[in-house]
Formats: sequence, structure tokens, C-alpha cells
Amino acid sequence: MKAWIAFWSILLKDMRAYYLKPPNVSWGLIFPLAWTGMFFVKSGSGVESVRDLLPGVVTLSVLFGATSLLAVTVTFEKKGRSFDRLLLAPIPLDVLMLAKTMGAILFGVANAFVPILLGAMLTDLSSVNWFTLVSGVVLIAVSSTFLGLFIAVSVSEVFEAQTFSNFFRFPMIFLCGLFFPIERLPQFLRPLSYILPPTYGTDILRASMSRPSSLPLALNFLALGLFCVALFGGSLLNVRRRWIA
Amino acid sequence: MQAMIEVNRLVKRFGEVTAVAGVDFRVQAGEIFGFLGPNGAGKTTTINVLTGLARPDPPAAAAVQADASTIRIAGIDCSKNHKAAQHLMGIVPDESNLYPELTGYENLCFCGALYGMRKADRQARARELLGKFGLAEAAGRKFAGYSRGMKRKLTIAAGIVHRPSLLFLDEPTTGIDVAAARQIRQLIAGLNAGGTTVFLTTHYIEEAERLCHRIAFIVKGRIVRTDTVENLMRQTGGQHAMDFTVSKDAVRLCAEIVAQFPGLQCRAPADGSIRIESSEPVRVGPLVRLMEDRGAEVSEARKIRPSLEEVFVAITGIEAGTMRQEKEKKMGGNA
Repeated sequence: MKAWIAFWSILLKDMRAYYLKPPNVSWGLIFPLAWTGMFFVKSGSGVESVRDLLPGVVTLSVLFGATSLLAVTVTFEKKGRSFDRLLLAPIPLDVLMLAKTMGAILFGVANAFVPILLGAMLTDLSSVNWFTLVSGVVLIAVSSTFLGLFIAVSVSEVFEAQTFSNFFRFPMIFLCGLFFPIERLPQFLRPLSYILPPTYGTDILRASMSRPSSLPLALNFLALGLFCVALFGGSLLNVRRRWIA
Repeated sequence: MQAMIEVNRLVKRFGEVTAVAGVDFRVQAGEIFGFLGPNGAGKTTTINVLTGLARPDPPAAAAVQADASTIRIAGIDCSKNHKAAQHLMGIVPDESNLYPELTGYENLCFCGALYGMRKADRQARARELLGKFGLAEAAGRKFAGYSRGMKRKLTIAAGIVHRPSLLFLDEPTTGIDVAAARQIRQLIAGLNAGGTTVFLTTHYIEEAERLCHRIAFIVKGRIVRTDTVENLMRQTGGQHAMDFTVSKDAVRLCAEIVAQFPGLQCRAPADGSIRIESSEPVRVGPLVRLMEDRGAEVSEARKIRPSLEEVFVAITGIEAGTMRQEKEKKMGGNA
């Protein structure tokens, strides 16, 4: 019970201090809008292409939304030593890190619904399997957040968190089949696609919109789930190794 | 008496550097225990290990389990369950590390929540502490806008919001003005009077002298002496000294005292006083009688104690002033 009081307080504090700040809210809106607009105009194929573009745009919005703030805020708090206050509190480390990441997960999920709402305005989404879509969005948000956490606990400076995030994120746009199938990538790059979580997330979203997917749905969920566990476990190990050394 | 902290063979290394080299000490429940030493002596590292922010190292590479460092807080073995011990601890780090974007009130409520305090309890406690620390008027202001002294006070308040039985204070008054430092010292004494055990590190020897029941001097990761303030002062050189204020003829009286009492040394500074020093306790009656027989009026007799600063210098060989300046330079302030 006591740990949950701390959990909710950390989550609420982070939401107020970081995620619900006007610049971040507007960033969370503008960024997905810009992606949606850009790919919609670039494809030039009218509203029929919306359901083809949506999985990639949604994944991208979640990925950038969830990783950007978390990596920076955790590094910022560690640098300012206010994170030590959390480490010194009698909260289990896994509960603490879940509390720190929950705000980013919710922010990532909220980002996903900007392009989805836009898509719903432009085309008919009645055939979408909403359960699969929402499950996929949540898993993409969790895996992206844990990737952000993994980055945050691997660096010391705020600027390192930003540059290290981009080191992962920008190749993902190209390698994860967001806007064209992985099969169109050169043969030697394809193994890289399968070690990146958004590959599986986009495939889930594509399946939810009755679009051709590369892998079976269950395999996509399993792979994304394993990425979440591995990234969270790796982050906890890193915290214990680097911050409670 | 029950030990609140029990530390045996504590070792902490950072690469090739040994920050704490086999430290042993006990802090009794209800006492203020001072940890004194220069920069880099191992004070903060010791606190970090005790509070769970760092892990101790084995005493030697080939150490067997029986030689491992042990830390017990209120009887809890920290190597097994540091989180249980953290419930009992309040921690005030050497830097004021609260959340700049939260107000003073929000910061205290948030810190209370980290220790599982319920909403109504932490809100009432936050208001109580803001009043007690003279910050009630600044309760709604963001921490970022507080002065250094206010930040320090709020950081201490955050450390005790959950009513800990053991409080770690790392350099609580460094870098703040004299009035704020005095107020903080009064608050610490008040907390201790209420039953809180205090583990205090400081560069200010006079602060330790005023506050602490016992003191450990730590130099280069090793404790060189642990004792009560009284015992530490008694042990330095075994010298006893008294000052007498006389109405006239201090120099002549001094010569007579030395002639009459061969075991005494006497000096007569120009201010009309006489300083008597001896390896034995000085008997006041015969001296006063002698001086009055010679026609001088003795208006004051005062026992001179060595300062803790002198004791510190004698034991560690480190000049206390140098230590203080180093710290103030680092913190960019003065106290």
C-alpha cells in the first residue's frame, strides 16, 4: 500500500511537472500532426492511403513522444540529484522505475490518438480491430518508454540522452517497415529490423487495420513483450550497477 | 544503550581509490554523532553507503564472508534489507536537492508520499513543518525561487517529514548565512531533544562542538579518534589552564606565583590578566589568597578549556581553518 502511495505521487508529480506542461502538450500534438500531414501529402494517393500510412505514423508518434521526455527528465533529475531522493526512499526499485516510466507511457499513448483521430476524420475506420490497435499502441508505448529509460540510465548528461535517443530513433524510421515493407530493404539490413521493437509494433497496427502484415500477430505481441521485459530488466541492472554502485 | 547504527569494517573503493578504508563505529540511539574530516576524507561516501545509495566493498580482494562489511541500522542488517532500514531514516544531503518546479508545500507533501504517508497526514505535517521552519509565507512559492538558507531549511524539513528515528545530515549549514545556520543548529538540537538520533557531518568544528555528544575524526578514509566532546578535550596534552583578572601588578604577581608554586607556569599578558597553566588541576583558593595578600583584587577566575579545533589539529594535523575555507570555496558561500 505504501509503495502504491509513492507510485501515484511520483506519477502525478511527473505528469504535472513534465508531461502536462503546455510546451510538451503542444509538442505532443504538433509532432504527430506534422508527421501525418507530411506522409499524407507525400503519398499523393488521397484518403485511400490513410489506412496504409496510419500504422507508421502512429508508431512514430508514440516512439518520439515516449522516448523524448523520459530520457531527458530522468537524466535531468539524476544530474540535479533529486533522483537520489527517489532511490533513498523505501520503495522497491522496480516500483520506482515503473512510476517514473508510467507518465511517458501515458504520454506516448495519448500521442498515438492524434493521428488516429485525424485518420478517423478523413476516412472510414469502422473495420479497424480496436482491441488489437489499442493493445498494439500500449505495447509500442511501453517498449518505447523502456527504450528511453534504458538510454537515460546509460548516460550522464542531458545532451547525451538527446543524441543517444536519436541514434536509435532515426534509423528506426528507415529500418522498421514504418512506411514501406521490410521486404523492400536490402537483404543485409533486414536482420537489423528484427532487433528493433517498432518493427513488431507497426506490424500489429497494420494487422489491426486489415492491412498485410509480415509476421503472425501472436509472434508480434510476444516479441514486443520480450523487448519490454529485456529493456526494463536491463535498465534496472544498469541503475543498480551505475547509480547504487 | 541500543545502537542505532553499527558499522564494522566498512570499505568503499572507487577504482584504485579507497574512499573508506575499514571504518568501524557505533551510534547510540538518541545521540548526535558528529563525523568530522576534511574534503575527500570519506564522510559523504560513508553516508551514501549507510543510506543505501552506494554498496560497500569487501575489505580485500580475497576476503572471506566473515570479513565482509556489516551495517546494521536499528538492528536491521542492511546487506539483506536496506529498504526496511530506509523507512527509519531521514536524509539531508549536502546539496539542497528538492524539485525546483514544485512549491515548498508540494515538495514536502511529495517527500511524505515517498514514505507512504497518507494525503491528510502529509498535508498536515507539511503545514506544521513550514511553520516550524519559518517558511509558512513561502509555502506557495516554487523551490527554485528560494534563497540558499530557505532551500537548506526546506531540505531539512523534507528529511524529517516522515518523522524518522534516525536523521543523516550532510553539511547542513555549509554555504548559508550566520542567522540561518544558527536557526538550523537550534532545529537540530530540538529534533534530538525529541528523540531523533542524528548523524552529522560538518566542516565547522565549532558546530560539532556545540551540537554533538560524540565525534569521530575521519582522515583519508580512516577514523583516527572517536570519543565524547568532553573526553576529546581532556586528552589534549593533559594541560589545565586558568585565567585570573587582577586589579594591578599582574607581572609581579606572576613572578611570585611561580616562586611559591613551582609546579605552575604563569604568563601575564598586557590586558591585566594572569594565565596559569599546569599538568595538574589548578587549585584556585591558594592562588587567590596569595594575590589578595599582595594587595591585588581578583575580579574573575575562569577555567580555560582547549577548543575542539585545537584537539582536531592535534589529532589530525590538519588546520581547521584550511578545511573550512576549502569547503566554502567549493560551495561558493560563507557561513
